[in-house]
Amino acid sequence: MIVTDKLHVELGRRYRFAASHRLYTPLLSEEENQRVFGKCSNPHGHGHNYCLEVRVSGEVDSVTGMIANLSDLDAFVERHVLEQMDHRSLNEEVSAFSNCVPTTENLCMEIFERLKSFPAAKLEGIRVEETANNSFEYSGEHQKEARQ
Amino acid sequence: MIFLTRKIEFSASHRYDNPSLSPEENRRIFGKCNNPHGHGHNYTLEVTIAGEPDPVTGMVLDLKELKQILEGEVMQRMDHRHLNYEVPELAGQIPTCENIARVIWELLESKITKGKLHRVRLYESPDLFVDCYRNGTRFEA
Repeated sequence: MIVTDKLHVELGRRYRFAASHRLYTPLLSEEENQRVFGKCSNPHGHGHNYCLEVRVSGEVDSVTGMIANLSDLDAFVERHVLEQMDHRSLNEEVSAFSNCVPTTENLCMEIFERLKSFPAAKLEGIRVEETANNSFEYSGEHQKEARQ
Repeated sequence: MIFLTRKIEFSASHRYDNPSLSPEENRRIFGKCNNPHGHGHNYTLEVTIAGEPDPVTGMVLDLKELKQILEGEVMQRMDHRHLNYEVPELAGQIPTCENIARVIWELLESKITKGKLHRVRLYESPDLFVDCYRNGTRFEA
């Protein structure tokens, strides 16, 4: 019989949402905003098709063969992220960005915070693709130390 | 340390059904994955080997050798097969992505003699995958 006990298994799931944002901070002058953020600072904002990758880990349940039921994970991500961000303006409609530039770095951290209380498995990390060429990953502040 | 990854694709059918549960429970937990005649996927398997390049060949592991291992251990066992009935290593287990990835890990680990098996990533679809690591081997970038 194959012994599989010591394997660390993670389940990864990808979700898509579309949202607009504008990279602008009142802490900088108009010229500084333009210099730092370039066209991302254009006054009326712009949008992206974001792809969110979520990884969770846990014991593989011997009855179901699953770390977590996908429908539970899907519902959790839908409720805590997609419903509130899909087809929204991140600056105007997501309170976390009322005083914080909605770069994808900050978006990553915000989404991680929203998902870390998923009850059925441990959130290992997330990755957000802003475009096919840019992606950002976040695993929480203590993740790295905990693994060593 | 170098990480090299080889990707293969295979197609297989499966069905999620646990005989220790009632039909209603199976339906509730597994949904359409419990449909009686099963269904299939195009699986994509990414196998990552970690190691130092051999000073003579410049290779961590000869990709031809890895290809042969994957052909013998995975393709011949699983490609165009029904995972519930034709893969003895999965007997008695629900053939979820988690369990298939674990079986693949166990099949491959001892066959990798140069470098070390670092990660098995199995995609059931582009939006659903499982990563498998031996505890403590995960590399944090």
